[in-house]
Amino acid sequence: MAEVTYLEALRQGLFEEMERDKEVLILGQDVGKYGGAFKVTEGFQERFGEARVIDTPISEAAIVGAAAGAAHMGMRPVVEMQFMDFISCAYDMLTNYVATARYRAGLSTPIVVRGPSGGYVRGGPFHSQNPEAAFFHTPGLKLVCPATARDAKGLIKAAIRDDDPVIYFEHKYLYRRIKEDLPEGDEILTPIGQARVANEGTDLTIVTWSAMVWKALESAEIIEKEDGASVEVLDLRTLLPMDDEAIIASVRKTNKVLIVHEDTRTGGVAGEIAARINEKAFEWLDGPIMRVTAHDTPVPYAPPLEDFVLPQTEDVVKSARWLLAY
Amino acid sequence: MARVDVIMPQMGESIAEGTVSRWLKQVGDEIKRDEPILEISTDKVDAEIPSPSDGVLAEIKVAEGETVEVQTVIAILETDKEAAASAASAPAAAAAEAPPAPPAPVPAPVAATPPTAAPPSPAPVAAPPPAAMGDGTSQTVEERLRQRSTPLVRKIAAEHQLDIRQIPGTGYAGRVTKKDILSFIESGAGAPAPAATSTPAARSAPAPAGGVAHPTVEPWAGDRVEAMSKIRKLTADHMIMSRRTSAHVTSFYEIDFTAIARIRQANKQNFENRGAKLTYMAFIVKVVADNLRKHPGLNASVSGNNIIYRKPINIGLAVALDWGLIVPVMRNADELSMLGIAKSIVDLADRARTKRLNPDEVQRGTFTITNPGVFGSYIGTPIINQPQVGILGVGAIEKRPKVMTLEDGQDVLAIRMMSMFSVSYDHRIVDGADADRFMADLKADLEDFPEGAL
Repeated sequence: MAEVTYLEALRQGLFEEMERDKEVLILGQDVGKYGGAFKVTEGFQERFGEARVIDTPISEAAIVGAAAGAAHMGMRPVVEMQFMDFISCAYDMLTNYVATARYRAGLSTPIVVRGPSGGYVRGGPFHSQNPEAAFFHTPGLKLVCPATARDAKGLIKAAIRDDDPVIYFEHKYLYRRIKEDLPEGDEILTPIGQARVANEGTDLTIVTWSAMVWKALESAEIIEKEDGASVEVLDLRTLLPMDDEAIIASVRKTNKVLIVHEDTRTGGVAGEIAARINEKAFEWLDGPIMRVTAHDTPVPYAPPLEDFVLPQTEDVVKSARWLLAY
Repeated sequence: MARVDVIMPQMGESIAEGTVSRWLKQVGDEIKRDEPILEISTDKVDAEIPSPSDGVLAEIKVAEGETVEVQTVIAILETDKEAAASAASAPAAAAAEAPPAPPAPVPAPVAATPPTAAPPSPAPVAAPPPAAMGDGTSQTVEERLRQRSTPLVRKIAAEHQLDIRQIPGTGYAGRVTKKDILSFIESGAGAPAPAATSTPAARSAPAPAGGVAHPTVEPWAGDRVEAMSKIRKLTADHMIMSRRTSAHVTSFYEIDFTAIARIRQANKQNFENRGAKLTYMAFIVKVVADNLRKHPGLNASVSGNNIIYRKPINIGLAVALDWGLIVPVMRNADELSMLGIAKSIVDLADRARTKRLNPDEVQRGTFTITNPGVFGSYIGTPIINQPQVGILGVGAIEKRPKVMTLEDGQDVLAIRMMSMFSVSYDHRIVDGADADRFMADLKADLEDFPEGAL
């Protein structure tokens, strides 16, 4: 066992897949010589050469397009977005081209588009987004959002091996803050589409993912200690395809659901989750399905404003208490 | 034209409608902001509604005697004087011109504070949407709220053939939660309520006020016949319902107030300096509250085949008004100091007399005290305030001759401050011995009231 950070776990996953399969290659801005803006691919170019770790021009559309072509030819490209905020530049490529390729032409497109998302780092409006909802709405894509070091590694490996396009949302706040003992030598693979019960509970379920898992766990601990109520935390890990079964199982157990996400509220993934619970488990509800999310604004630079706009542990605790008393 | 809506206010968390009992102003009258404009009566209480702004009463939309949901526009004020003049002369035209008054924005009323967390959460459903209320059934507001349970609770109730209205609810606005229904079932109370819903027979069980038919009587020539006021009708129905519901028994206890009279005299000024009036009633409330904690059987309710032992001790105090009787409730009386109790008694009585009680403040009593003695009555036999199971009557407190035994065994006739107390209790769940133990403790504590408790 060795203690590794979320970022190191991700790096290991990428590295192992490149060692395992020579068709895996990495494309992105400054991923080669510089080792990536967050140093995820540091040392990769020296190890695997310039043909497999490619520094590209600053054009997200071109990078994804090139990756899609390479994927059609049998390769397994991993594209790095320097910040996930910039994935919108490749929106057309991803939604019109990549997501529809299998349907239109029977072409599999095994690419991974990965990069840092999320706030709490004083990054301002262009370096703090969680652009998951736009792609969540697009059939043909898979979306994963690891919360733990183990899943950072297990999901990148599963994403690379998947025959369909996967968007892999890392959380930059977790990069160096989350550490975990991971076994050396054993292969870690996290199946896409399976949620994880991060904390067992009986009175309320918090459905969440990515960095919010940690806020939910913190809230569960506070409520357990101060209110004596038992909160279950369900880490979805994958948004598409969504693990409905795990969500419904937890709803049937606790009968109260709070959905927590860092993305903005309107049109956010929480709305879809609430709708599914209504459709599949209405009669198991002992209270309204509630949400804690960011406010519907860009993420501000000013620290007090950022703290206000993004969901905090106190917000989760407050909503959970309200729902527990319902 | 500046027009201001006057709306039926929500006067308490469980109040869904109100009746316009009297318009104090007429169309065309000039009105100052906060001046009383009409009187309303809700299920429990009468209140004067102040004007939301200066202006002229342009339109009355709800006639006296009509009942409407809260937030309904009941009148319109014209704040522009000239427009008011023309509006008054041509009220029909003004009405046509005015847009169909939108239901005034509901200022998130609420029983429960919704989480003001980062996400602006929807206000929870304590204030039911108007559409849901207009269903024309004859349920009371409480019944309707009680049925507002969650899907899970309704499912469990259906599986166990339970009537949700019979289950004590601890959720917002008395909602029955999953925990409530599960512990109800666990407690063995789950004896299936026959034909849980809709049949009138099943519903008649805890029949709340309403639906009592009083026999008619022929008036004689020269008699004056008046319709009962709302409060009179509620009282009339409630008294009959209580007599029919509970097995009333009344016991009497003579209490020696000499010690308390002395303590009261010694501390009166001290209390007055702190803005409170130290009355005999304050002592009585204090001792009753303490003893209800020791005798939970008197702080209870009968619900079907269950007994609900109430957690809070909320003491109702009957207040005689010129226009009827009202019972404001002192919540959690056992948690108050003598000073707190003394202040609360005066406050509740004052506000009852000036119609400034909130409907909330006359609900959820768990035991009642009535004081016929203020008028000089030796004692009375009070009727239980449903769904409680006990009511204490306090007779006149005055000097009376009393036989006392001196330390040397000699009997003497002494002048003592005495009072007769009565307690009416519901023999369905309170036996004579239970009531007598309660009263014996009450008597002992009053006669030996520790001055330090002030």
